[in-house]
Parts: sequence; structure tokens; C-alpha cells
Amino acid sequence: MAEIAESGGGDEKGKKHGKKGSARIDMTPMVDLGFLLLTFFVLTSTFAKPKVMSLTYPAKEDVQPKDPPKVKNGMTFLISDDKVFYYKGQFYPAGSPDGPPTQLIETNFGPDGIRKILKENNTFVLNKITELKGKLDKKQISDSIYKKELIEAKGDKQALKVLVKTDMKAKTRNFIDVIDELYIAQIGVIAPVDITKSEQALLDEKLKQ
Amino acid sequence: MAKLKLPKGSPSIDMTPMVDLAFLLVTFFMLAADFRTDEVVKVEIPSSIGKDDIPQKTLVMVTVDTKGRVFFTCSGEEVRKKVLMQMAAKYKVPFSEENITTFSRMEGGFGCSMSELPKYLSLEAEERKNLPNATIPVDTTRNNELADWINFANREMLDYGKAKFEEENAKQGKGGIPLKPEDFKPKFVLKADMEAEYVKVKTVIEVFRNLKLNNLNFVTSQEAQQL
Repeated sequence: MAEIAESGGGDEKGKKHGKKGSARIDMTPMVDLGFLLLTFFVLTSTFAKPKVMSLTYPAKEDVQPKDPPKVKNGMTFLISDDKVFYYKGQFYPAGSPDGPPTQLIETNFGPDGIRKILKENNTFVLNKITELKGKLDKKQISDSIYKKELIEAKGDKQALKVLVKTDMKAKTRNFIDVIDELYIAQIGVIAPVDITKSEQALLDEKLKQ
Repeated sequence: MAKLKLPKGSPSIDMTPMVDLAFLLVTFFMLAADFRTDEVVKVEIPSSIGKDDIPQKTLVMVTVDTKGRVFFTCSGEEVRKKVLMQMAAKYKVPFSEENITTFSRMEGGFGCSMSELPKYLSLEAEERKNLPNATIPVDTTRNNELADWINFANREMLDYGKAKFEEENAKQGKGGIPLKPEDFKPKFVLKADMEAEYVKVKTVIEVFRNLKLNNLNFVTSQEAQQL
């Protein structure tokens, strides 16, 4: 009651005080609070949302086929501890009558390694994509046709097919890196498969060098 | 020479813009960021160009850490509860009500064998993180608990996804964009540490493949796409 009387009443002194500019509030505690909340949110939140990379494995058949399927336009990557090797086409062990023995070629995970090799070998699909993209930009084909054609091009006979094999020492990072490069190079057929004994022997030999 | 006028006493600074700034940032962080889920183990994920988001609704996730330990989780409290009940019935392990509640609330996953699970669940959350040998047994021949976890989770998630799909479809009515039933199917996610041995990851992949679940999603952080 006393307060109301003071502010609304005829007290000369009080009236004078009220008119004198706006009251200054000390903002410091509010700043403290603001930054406290800020710190809390910064620490508890995540920004880089993890994404997923989908990979479809070949279905396991109940009866294992006797011979591995012959891939004409294929390339095989062999992954060991931070090292990656590749060969093209079929695998021929030393002394095989079908062809010259397979040589492993070492490469690296960087842009001038796998990426370059894949780009050189997957020209069919990459050219097709550039062509389709050009058409899409000119509105000659619709988005759904573009997607359909893209899948068709990737599954074409001339498209590069890649097998990925890992040995006991490979790290997950190496495997993901290779798969990632395959996606960048628009490889349609990716098959992570088991390493064969002869390939393992060849890899071991190469690693010793 | 002109004399500089020095203010007497302590200078008072107007804090209002600073308050504005602080609260602006607070608002930004609140709206832009997600809360970090409490994960049972810290995993460094590799990077890739994959740009799909992690499916939140129907997720079945297996985590492999640096040492090759295996952890399991799936989304949805109800689903987790049902999966645990089925596992308990299969392995004949009794769980108390309290254990079941703890388990259904564990979003970050767990790593423990079935026989140890009741004990594991009665531990504090922090204690669970400090167990060095916590893992789900993944033996390819006989003791393959992970396969059972995945199998039961898959089945439960299918039912849950179906119910959810119908529910959301009914909610949307005829006018909305038709929902895709694929979005409500269980998604299998593999979160493997960069430095984990691939052989360990491969055994987990084999478990999935033996269950005829051939489409796996690797958790990766996003990197800029090369053009």
C-alpha cells in the first residue's frame, strides 16, 4: 500500500525521481545466463549429422556355385592394411594355361590413385552420364527417365564391374574408402566377396616386397 | 596540447547488445542442432559421399568399436521391450520388471551376452560404459546371440513398421503425398569404427547375410562430393 501511495501519490520527491530517465538495469547476470545456456547447447548438440552409405551384398545361395562367375569387364581390388592393389579381368594363377599370370598393381586411396584408375576404366558410364545430364539440362528428358537410364547404363555390359576383397589385416576405414571411391566413379556393380587362396598368396608376396 | 578527458570511477558498459547476442546464439543452437544421444561406446566413423540420413523410425543398428566389440540397438521403446522378451524366452533368462524398463529405455545400445544381461542392466549407465569386455557374442558356429537379436528385431520392426505405416496413412487422409511403404521397413545400419579390423566387421556382415538381410547401411560422416 505504501508503495502504491508513493508512486501514484502526491509526494513531490517521488514524482521527480520517476520522471528522471529510464531505470538502468544491470544486465550482467542476464549475460551470464545467456552464455551459460549457450555453452550448454553447444556441448550437448551435434551438428555433423552422420549419414549412411548403402551397400547391397550379393545374396548367399544355399548351394555354392562351383566356378566363380566369369566377369568380362571386371576389376578386382585387394585391400590390406592401408594398402590397396588391383588387377583387371580374370585371375590367373602362375602356370595357368588360360592366360598370363595375374600381376597385382599397387595404388593408393588418394585422388590420383583409385579415383584415376576407375575414371579411366569406367568411361562408358561416365560418358553416358555426361550425355544424359546434358539432355536433362536442356529438358529433353524428364527426371524419372534420367534415373532409369542411369541405372541401365550402370548395369550395361560395357560398364565396369568391381569386386572388393579384403585380407585379415584390412581396416574398416580402407574398405569404406574404396567403396566410397566406387560410388564416386558411378560403378553400378559392386561385389564385396571373399578373397581366394591364390589371391591371398599373391598379395602376401607383394606385401613382402 | 589538449588534455584527454579520462572518465572518473569505473566505466559502466551497456550490456544489452551482449545479452541480445547471447540469446540469439542460444536460439540458433537450440533450433539448429539435435541432441546427442547417449552412446554406449565412442566410435570414430569414416567419411564417404553417402547422403542419406540415418533412418530414425525403423532402425536396427550394430556397432563395432575399435577393439572389435559388438553392440546392438534398435529404435522404439516398445520394439526393444518385445525383442528382449523374446530373447529372454529363447535363452531362458529371467528379467525383473526393473531390468526390462532399463532395457527399453536404452537408446544408445548395449554390449553383453544373454547370461550376463540381468547383471549388466542393474549397473549404472556410467558403469556400463567402463566395462572393457562388454560385447555381444558373435560366434559363427554355435553361440550366435547377435543373429538372434537381429532376427527378433527384424520381425518386431516389420510389425511395428506396418502398424506405423497404416497409422500415418490414416492420419494423412487422401489429400497428402502417398507414403512409401519402403520407408517403414526395417533398415539395417552398421556403425563401424574407422580403425576396427575389417575381419571383425565382416563377421557381423556375415551374420546379416546369413539371415538373408543383404542391404546394409554403413554409418559415415559426410564429405564434400567431388564433381
